[in-house]
Amino acid sequence: MTTLVDRKNLMTSVEMAHFVSHGSFALEAVVPAAVNERAVEVLDAGIPRHPYGTPLDTAFPPGSFVRELISLPAVAGAIQSLVGPDPAIDHHAVHVRPPRGGEAQNMHGDAILDTRTTAFDVQLMYYPRDVTLDQGGTLSVPGTHLRRINQTGIGRYQNLAGQTRLTCPAGTVVFLHHGIWHGGRRNDSDVPRYMFKIRFNPTVRQLRLWNTDDIDSPGVREELRASFGWTDANEGRLELVNRAKLWRTLTGDAEFDIDYYLTRETLSPQFIAPGATDVRLGSHAPSDGWGVA
Amino acid sequence: MTTTGTRPALGVDESFATPSATPHLRQQVLVLYLGTSALDSTVIGWTRYDGTGRSHPTTGDSDTPPYETGLAALLDGWRLLQMSQLHPHTTGEEYETSYLPYEFLFERLVDVTA
Repeated sequence: MTTLVDRKNLMTSVEMAHFVSHGSFALEAVVPAAVNERAVEVLDAGIPRHPYGTPLDTAFPPGSFVRELISLPAVAGAIQSLVGPDPAIDHHAVHVRPPRGGEAQNMHGDAILDTRTTAFDVQLMYYPRDVTLDQGGTLSVPGTHLRRINQTGIGRYQNLAGQTRLTCPAGTVVFLHHGIWHGGRRNDSDVPRYMFKIRFNPTVRQLRLWNTDDIDSPGVREELRASFGWTDANEGRLELVNRAKLWRTLTGDAEFDIDYYLTRETLSPQFIAPGATDVRLGSHAPSDGWGVA
Repeated sequence: MTTTGTRPALGVDESFATPSATPHLRQQVLVLYLGTSALDSTVIGWTRYDGTGRSHPTTGDSDTPPYETGLAALLDGWRLLQMSQLHPHTTGEEYETSYLPYEFLFERLVDVTA
C-alpha cells in the first residue's frame, strides 16, 4: 500500500465524524462474493503471524489474499483515512466460533489501557459470511472508545443501553477504534461464524487523512453529537468534550468546540477593568488573628 | 490488648463446612448502572447473576433493561446492598472518563425448593 488511495475512495468528513462519535465505521457487503467464497478456505488454512509492528508490505505482500482484501478501493480508502498510508500491522487473527459453541466473552477493551490522546489504532474486522443474530456477532457499545479502562475491568457490565449486536451480510468490513468496549457472543446457530481481524498502527500523524471536501457540512456536527442511550444522562456532555478534543486533533482546528464546553473553561481574563476599585481594599492589612475584634 | 489463650473449636475449613441455616435459599444479584447518583434516575446498564444456577445471564443477553430506574427495582422487591461513592474529580483530569460511576447493587433471596 505504498501508493495513495484515489481521493474519491477516502472517507468523507461526515463519515469520519461518525467514527469519532461511534468508534466504528462499517462497509456493508463491500467485499465481492468471489473473494468471500475463497476466504473461508484461506482462513481455515491460517494466515502466518508476524512480529508486532511489521510493515504492511512484509506482512501482506502483493498477491496474497489479505493484500487483495485490503486493496479493495473502499477498504483501502477507509484504512488510509483512519491511520494513513503505509500503516504497520500490529497483529492479526482469525476468529472462528464453532456451531453451538463457545461462551460469551466478558465485556472488555483490547490490549491494555491506552494513554494516547493524539493517535489511535484501528481494528479491521472482516466477515466473509452472513452474520445472523443467533450466530453471536460481536457485541459492542457505540461511543465507549474514549473512556479509559483496562481490559476486562469492565467485565461486570453485561448490557448497556444503546449496545449493538452485530448482524451483517457476507463481505462486510467493520473498522473499530482500539478503545471500543466489546465482547464476542456465544454462537447458538448450526454454522461456524468467521471473522478475520487486523490491527493497524499509524505511521504518520493522523491529521486530515480523509476527503475533507465536506468539512463544513452540518452532518459533521450531527454525527459528533450522536447519543447512545447510555450517554443520555450525566456522562453525555463529557463524551461531547472528548469527541471535540479528538476532532481538534484530527482536523488541526484548535478552536473547534461542541456546546462551548472547551471554550468556556479558557475564559479566565486577567486584564483589570478600568473601573476596578481602590487597590488598597483588603490587600495590605495582615490577618486579624483568631479572636481579635 | 488481651488474649484469651483458648484455641478455636474448629479449623477454618471445618467451620465453613457447617451446613447453612437456610439451605433452601439462594441469592440473585442485580447490578444497575444509573444515569446519575440518584436512585430514581434512568438505568443505562444492567447485569444479573443467578445463584440458583437455573439461568446463566451473560454479556449482551438483552437490549431492554429489567427496570427503568433503580427505584423501580426497590418497588419490585429487590434489596439495595450498596451504592457507589461520589469521588471528587482529579485536578487536571476533570474531563477524563472511565468506568461507569453510578453503580447500585441489589439482591433478593430465592427459595430453590419452590
